[in-house]
Amino acid sequence: MNSVIQATGYILAHTPDLLVHNGTTQTAEREHNPESEYLRQIPQHIRSYRQVVEYLPNQTYIGNMTPEELARVEQPWYDKPVENASRFGTFGEIMPQDEFLLLLQACDVFDLVWLSTAFVSEALPRLAAHPLIGEDILAKIKTGVEPDAIEYAVSQEHAEPLYHNGLLVGYVRRAHDFDPNLSAHIMLENLVSKASSVLSLLHVVHQAGIEKNAISYVIDCSEEACGDMNQRGGGNFAKAAAEIAGLTGASGCDVRSFCAAPAHALILAASLVSAGVYENVVVTAGGCSAKLGMNGKDHVKKGMPLMEDVLGGFAVLVGKNDGVSPEIDTAMCGRHTVGTGSSPQAVITSLVTDPLDRAGLKITDIDKYSVEMQNPDVTKPAGAGDVPLSNYKMIAALAVKRNEIARDEIGAFVEQHGMVGWAPTQGHIPSGVPYLGFARREIMAGSIARVMIIGKGSLFLGRMTNLFDGVSFVIRKNSGGQEESAVSQKQIQGMIAKAMREFAENMMREQG
Amino acid sequence: MDLENQRRVKELSEKYGAENMVIVLGAAESEAAGLAAETVTAGDPTYAGPLTGVSLGLRVYHICEDEMKAEIAEQVYEDQVSMMEMVLDVDSIKKEMSAIRSEYCKF
Repeated sequence: MNSVIQATGYILAHTPDLLVHNGTTQTAEREHNPESEYLRQIPQHIRSYRQVVEYLPNQTYIGNMTPEELARVEQPWYDKPVENASRFGTFGEIMPQDEFLLLLQACDVFDLVWLSTAFVSEALPRLAAHPLIGEDILAKIKTGVEPDAIEYAVSQEHAEPLYHNGLLVGYVRRAHDFDPNLSAHIMLENLVSKASSVLSLLHVVHQAGIEKNAISYVIDCSEEACGDMNQRGGGNFAKAAAEIAGLTGASGCDVRSFCAAPAHALILAASLVSAGVYENVVVTAGGCSAKLGMNGKDHVKKGMPLMEDVLGGFAVLVGKNDGVSPEIDTAMCGRHTVGTGSSPQAVITSLVTDPLDRAGLKITDIDKYSVEMQNPDVTKPAGAGDVPLSNYKMIAALAVKRNEIARDEIGAFVEQHGMVGWAPTQGHIPSGVPYLGFARREIMAGSIARVMIIGKGSLFLGRMTNLFDGVSFVIRKNSGGQEESAVSQKQIQGMIAKAMREFAENMMREQG
Repeated sequence: MDLENQRRVKELSEKYGAENMVIVLGAAESEAAGLAAETVTAGDPTYAGPLTGVSLGLRVYHICEDEMKAEIAEQVYEDQVSMMEMVLDVDSIKKEMSAIRSEYCKF
């Protein structure tokens, strides 16, 4: 029986100082061209937290407006703030930087993150007021250190500085004297990923309305690697984040495939649950500090704000069929194989039409396609075009080639089966999954019946292969079947075991 | 153009001779195609990669240009490229490519 999407959580964390000091575009510029005009201009292009909350795509990401509502606003969006925008949304929240830095420390279990006493006493009451941050997490935050200690660690001990509003407020120290995989820089990147994953987990559990210890398994699908010099990508982000989030009943593992990982992870989660291996599985991912301000040079050149100033995170709870929630149809998974080839046509065929053909469906039978949902406000000024739109045009062109629509219907197809992008350019974060929250809601409301989620990944960036990657799956309206509860299954197993034991005991007695 | 690809183009040109090279591009936008074409002819316009200041003047075509199409088996082109032909602004790509070739191509 198919498993279902039971809840989704989507979070953003506004981290402008991480953008300035840790985004690779900025760190590379500082190293190679320290006097550059770009670095000089950055401060004038930083957005305030309020501006980030009021940003239309961000409000869409946390579920306070729909992609359809977003599409009705003419682009660009950065100069059209949402009135009365709120930090919390239907699916999650936009966390400010000070609270995120505290959460970063709460996620560190090796005394690597240190914040100044003044910063902690100023910011802690705000995090303490957070509806989902409990005493267990708050108790992990240290009272703080004095500014001298921070200065010393940064200047003398290779620590990575942490800034807030341009001021040095803390540091992340290296976790080993000479192991490059435990350097302060890598520890910060990994803790950022972990902390944003933790926040996503807290939201998905809250959305699902279940006990934290009811989660069986967690799969992390971010793009970071944690380990030491003897096992650089040893893992396991999933279990590390589950620990801080209080998911005491969960085990977990990491799944990687660049931006395709979330779709791979969801297929695995759906399979594990429908096979009865686990009661439920959460697929989670935190954000990536390296990608902050990735296209910043183009944004600054064009007089725009630096819009890649948020970390993204999401978590999706996949559970047993409850008879109501949308089903993940594992019979309709598309995959880009080793032999598929890398032309866009071969890729789209393998991901879209191959699974549809197997199910006897047409391209137009899918109500919505969720592709690489990157926010065009960010990508267009950087010369990368409108990524979702290009994907929809490709799917439409394939439909033309298959005589499912006429060539002059491409525009109408894109409008009907596509969406504008709203997700931050955080690699894996925009990849197919941002629509799952809306898809669940729309399918359950009966306004749509089938959605295809497509994840694609650029494996060649890791220089292990020239191959591309991608997988897809379909979620659809629940067919009404409900799985027996696990409790009754366990009861049955218990009864059988008891009967077998009694039978054996009787046999022994008879033989004796 | 990706720095690694610039390095590969440079090395292959040194190994086989610039006159024996043809670069085939698959960029989705004319601007991106133009930048890549400029990189392998005039040199890296972003002054970041191995082709900075190296004017190889290579022959360079986009996969959707007629010269390339003529080289490829019809069915293969149909199976691999025809969908993208429908999606891309082929006319603007052709215009951009021939402008770069006429200005910088040495062969």
